Amino acid sequence: MKVEQISIFLENKSGRLADVAEVLAKAGINIRALSLADTTDFGILRLIVNDTEKAKQVLKDNGFTVGKTEVIAVEVPDRPGGLGHILTVMKEQGINVEYMYAFVQRSGGNAVIIFRFDEIEKAIAALQKSGVVILKGEEVYAL
Amino acid sequence: MIWNEEFETLPREALEALQLKRLKSLVERVYAAVPYYRKKMEGAGVTPSDIRELRDLRRLPFTTKEDLRLNYPFGLFAVPFEQVVRIHASSGTTGKPTVVGYTKKDIESWAELMARTLSCGGAHRGDVVHNAYGYGLFTGGLGAHYGAERLGAAVIPISGGNSKRQIMIMQDFGSTVLMCTPSYALNLADVMKDMNVDPKTLKLRVGLFGAEPWSEKIREEIEKRLNINAIDIFGLSEVMGPGVASECIEEKHGLHVFEDFFIPEIINPETGEPLPPGERGELVFTTLTKEAFPVIRYRTKDLSKLIAEPCRCGRTFYRMERITGRTDDMLIIRGVNVFPSQIEHVLMSIEGVEPHYQIIVNREGALDIMEVQVEVSEEIFSDEVKVLERLARRIEREIKDLLGISCKIKLVEPKTIQRSEGKAKRVIDNRKL
Repeated sequence: MKVEQISIFLENKSGRLADVAEVLAKAGINIRALSLADTTDFGILRLIVNDTEKAKQVLKDNGFTVGKTEVIAVEVPDRPGGLGHILTVMKEQGINVEYMYAFVQRSGGNAVIIFRFDEIEKAIAALQKSGVVILKGEEVYAL
Repeated sequence: MIWNEEFETLPREALEALQLKRLKSLVERVYAAVPYYRKKMEGAGVTPSDIRELRDLRRLPFTTKEDLRLNYPFGLFAVPFEQVVRIHASSGTTGKPTVVGYTKKDIESWAELMARTLSCGGAHRGDVVHNAYGYGLFTGGLGAHYGAERLGAAVIPISGGNSKRQIMIMQDFGSTVLMCTPSYALNLADVMKDMNVDPKTLKLRVGLFGAEPWSEKIREEIEKRLNINAIDIFGLSEVMGPGVASECIEEKHGLHVFEDFFIPEIINPETGEPLPPGERGELVFTTLTKEAFPVIRYRTKDLSKLIAEPCRCGRTFYRMERITGRTDDMLIIRGVNVFPSQIEHVLMSIEGVEPHYQIIVNREGALDIMEVQVEVSEEIFSDEVKVLERLARRIEREIKDLLGISCKIKLVEPKTIQRSEGKAKRVIDNRKL
């Protein structure tokens, strides 16, 4: 039910994002989803890729600071109110969303939203109970 | 083990008698042979016959780096040049280098002092001494080398740099004693990690580190990461090179000054007034036996204090507290005295923070801005912005609590701060004062 996400520390200087992309491209790694959080001085790039371990290793070998976190990917119908339903469930359970990002699949009418919760197990249980479709890791890596 | 039991455990009274005898002869020698020293003594109204007891030392004028510079290169040598067998020079970061010379006897004394230093750290015959101090004009390499040979150990004269090869040689030659700067020791630990070499598989037992100030926290870090005992050693080329003082492995607290060769003093850096043991101030040395390049009351600009309490290792020499800063690497930021060692202390007290940092000072308008760059290691990294920002704020707060001035913490990518192959450069001061 959980998806592995890697995160990379980036200083705010030109070319660093390109460096990450190049390292991953050379290793033949596909990026499935990404988001970049930025502050004045630094950014945190979060990625879901087709091969987490390999991506982590090649980035580390190239001198990046890399972390691995578990997140949840849910499938949401691509229409108004899809996201609202999930957030309402979380609010009722008192679960915090640390951050989230979404992407729309090429085929089919569903969007995939990646969530980072403070209490992941509790979130999974609540989402399952309310009938939200949670994607398995393999499903996301292979998207 | 004590290398020279007879001298290193002399009762204080006998030691002071020996010091007085040597001091008198030094002053006579220098007065006769070095016009510059004679003129300075005359200016202060002192002649060699005024030195009757050890306390009379304070009547002699200080020697400073400026005096050495004015006499560049050989003006302060006290023997005919044909007796000089070795010349070293300190790096001239500001202006000309400082040049020092040694007679054959000086080289012998130096080897004795470094053999004592190595023994202080528990090294002995049969050890494999991995000497990564730089060979060349710098005194570290050759100073340590001769001492290790005198000790009867096998020396690997590897010098600094090329860390991967250093580690391969440590593995293949079975190095047991490491000698280098503390910052280079950390660099070696990093490279070992990159190479997936577990320090526990090496034969390294002890490291003797000097040539730059370091902290207790860095000691813990080196000991943990290299799986060794880390010993602080002290010296400076103007006085001898390495081998002026060393910690003993029994206490690892305070460095025994080899007082039969050097008289240490602590003075108030502003007034020049000598301070009693226990009080902190600037360290001053007088060489008692040196022939080619003796110095009288040389001001080191290093800050320390003397410890008079006896040590359980049995040596009777006073100890000097590890160097906590220099009168000249003190930064004055918005009127507050700041030592890089204080910043280091804060950083190292925070779990997971790497000992690689740099202090950058800029002036914006009339205001000094201090930025401390800290590398983000895997241990402190998080996928959440707030965690990293909280960490930066915490460091800023702790620095402010300690120093009373605010600074900005900038988190940077690993290995962006230049690694030291010798002495670490901790401060970049961009102010045009």
